[in-house]
Amino acid sequence: MSMQITAQNFEANAAKALKDPNLRKAMQIIGGPMASRRVETARELPEFEALRDEGVKIKNHVLKHIDLYLEKFEQQLTARGGKLHWCRTPREARETILALCRSRNAKLVTKGKSMVTEEIGLNAFLEEHGITPVETDLGEYIIQLAHEPPSHIIGPALHKTREQVAELFEDHHPDYELPNMPGVKAGPRSTEPQVLVTEARQVLRDRYFQADVGITGANFLIAETGATVIVTNEGNGDLTQSLPKMHIAVSSIEKVIPNLEDLSTILRILARSATGQEMSCYTTLSCGPKRPEDKDGPEEFHVVLLDNGRSEMLGTALEPLLRCIRCGACMNNCPVYHSVGGHAYGWVYPGPIGAALDPHMIGLETARHLPNASTFCGKCEEVCPMRIPLPDVMRWWREQAHEKQITPPLQRWGIEAWAFAAKHPWLYRLGAGIAIGLLNMLGKDKGRLASLPLAGGWTDGRDFPAPQSASTFMSQYKSKQGAAR
Amino acid sequence: MSQIDSKPRVALFVTCLVDLFRPSVGFAAIKLMEDAGCVVEVPEAQVCCGQPAYNSGDRNDTAAIAKQVIEVFEDYDYVVAPSGSCGGMIKDHYPALFAAEPDWQRRAEDLSGRMHELTSFLVDVLKIQSVQTAPQDVKITYHDSCSGLRELGVKAQPRALLESVQGLELVEMQTPETCCGFGGTFCVKYGEISTDIVSRKTADINATGADLLLAGDMGCLLNMAGKLKREGSPVQVRHVAEVLAGMTDLPAIGESSLGESK
Ligand code: SF4
Repeated sequence: MSMQITAQNFEANAAKALKDPNLRKAMQIIGGPMASRRVETARELPEFEALRDEGVKIKNHVLKHIDLYLEKFEQQLTARGGKLHWCRTPREARETILALCRSRNAKLVTKGKSMVTEEIGLNAFLEEHGITPVETDLGEYIIQLAHEPPSHIIGPALHKTREQVAELFEDHHPDYELPNMPGVKAGPRSTEPQVLVTEARQVLRDRYFQADVGITGANFLIAETGATVIVTNEGNGDLTQSLPKMHIAVSSIEKVIPNLEDLSTILRILARSATGQEMSCYTTLSCGPKRPEDKDGPEEFHVVLLDNGRSEMLGTALEPLLRCIRCGACMNNCPVYHSVGGHAYGWVYPGPIGAALDPHMIGLETARHLPNASTFCGKCEEVCPMRIPLPDVMRWWREQAHEKQITPPLQRWGIEAWAFAAKHPWLYRLGAGIAIGLLNMLGKDKGRLASLPLAGGWTDGRDFPAPQSASTFMSQYKSKQGAAR
Repeated sequence: MSQIDSKPRVALFVTCLVDLFRPSVGFAAIKLMEDAGCVVEVPEAQVCCGQPAYNSGDRNDTAAIAKQVIEVFEDYDYVVAPSGSCGGMIKDHYPALFAAEPDWQRRAEDLSGRMHELTSFLVDVLKIQSVQTAPQDVKITYHDSCSGLRELGVKAQPRALLESVQGLELVEMQTPETCCGFGGTFCVKYGEISTDIVSRKTADINATGADLLLAGDMGCLLNMAGKLKREGSPVQVRHVAEVLAGMTDLPAIGESSLGESK
């Protein structure tokens, strides 16, 4: 089983989210620093826009020749002593990873942050088979303690307040002792981020050494050298992949890029778009297992490469989504994500990229709300470093839903009836005349209505401004023209 | 033909919401363009740009409506809408509707080239720097509607024209470019989310201390006015064309001629 899907309940999820005071507090970061830091760092780099264009070009080129680049990647990886595992489905990927872990008799695996392992539901699967995964990215570690899925692709615990994190640590680290104070139990936690980070580091430190296998993701695969690349801010990925005897990098096919030059181009826009940093703190290239002359490193290096429907996207309206570098800018700047948070979307990828991608991965019927729950404000496309036309893709999904009659009948009939009128101006004018007369009458005294049948979605939280007058512009204009003649 | 007297012949694309909710905006738009030396006509056969169908995934109906619009408007020198959203639909999205019908695509592209949002038409096409309007002593704030801003680049134009009106003081919001949560049918289909988004907007509006909120799109204006009024905010709401044309004698959006009963 991969991650539990609740996308079909988007409306209920969203309603719950809107009433969750902790979530509302945590989400304030979206409207503030997350968006503004991106703007500032982008402004500091005069060639930022040109780099975006270059990044788009690189990715488009790769997607056109992806078979060649993946083959090259495999050749190079193999030449350096690594091994590539092609996996069509999440299930194949899980089984492959399990078999690798078993070959090492693994009981404990450490994990760096990886959205693809979320996509295949790896943690639950390993646990079912007696292997304990320990997340080492702070955010991932927090949500692992809380038994929750990530709510953001680069800030998995973004939905948690500091207070909630402190409580989780109190519950899960009962024996934790304050640094430099042996024998003194920590007791009620401070909510200072630095203190919490230190605690997590202390607790995780031993795990790195105990782990039999280290699993990481990979932000990029370099075809020219066969290297996998991870980008982190905590350095946890490096410890995860270099201390255990086996390193498994789990990634997906669209992450391949031609060479190191392309990597440097894309890295320059990635961190700026993601966190507003010039560069992330750690960029680590894994170039195969430990060689005889190396002091450390894993004895085995495996790359598990997942397709999961991606190759089907090539050559379709969905292809641009394969340019995504998972920076999170689209969600950091999305008004809907800001309001409801990531869990409401009900699957691994939330926000605009999720709304565009999830219907393909979990089915349009299940995910039909996601591409609909957008105002089409266009901000996601504006900030996406890879210039992915996210609103266009969402609209494409709406067209599929309309065609396949997945849109609820009432909505479909409504829009078809309206369109029928719009195609018959006399009918439209008649309808408009009646509607305006009614609304004007109802709202005349106050200039607005406090409630309106069939429009509760509007009037539950807002007044409905009444029409200015009892007749339309067109009829007023006509009588004025008549009078002037 | 029409340019013999060198006055451009402009068709007003009224838009559904102006037609229904705010006729004064249509008259203000006509006044502004006539003052700027245009001959303005309002083709009677016009209805809607088709956006509700387009964004609901009903592409066939959208294309049928678009053809109607093209036929009605293609003979004018310019077509102008007091809306970035309908303007963007015709200018940005029509051509893409006819990938399989080259003849219609050509006509759509031709219309696209002559389609403009009102303030952008005045400033960018007619090169108007100022409007002739009586001084208005009022503190305003301006919301950048999404389609106008991102599809048509409307940002500086309304501000430049407003600056030419004596007495107006513009106080910017923290996030004037953030969506108000209207989103067409979104505001009813996902009403709670829409309401939450607009409540962040009204907080930003209230914090400016402005007396009057302006924008160039009726959808956003109805949404923000509806929320402000529900909150009991004293901030008034109008379409930018009303202020630029000096046509502010009618009640503000969501208010009544009987005065505000508090
Ligand atoms: S869609 Fe664009 S903005 Fe969103 S995560 Fe992907 S690259 Fe970043």
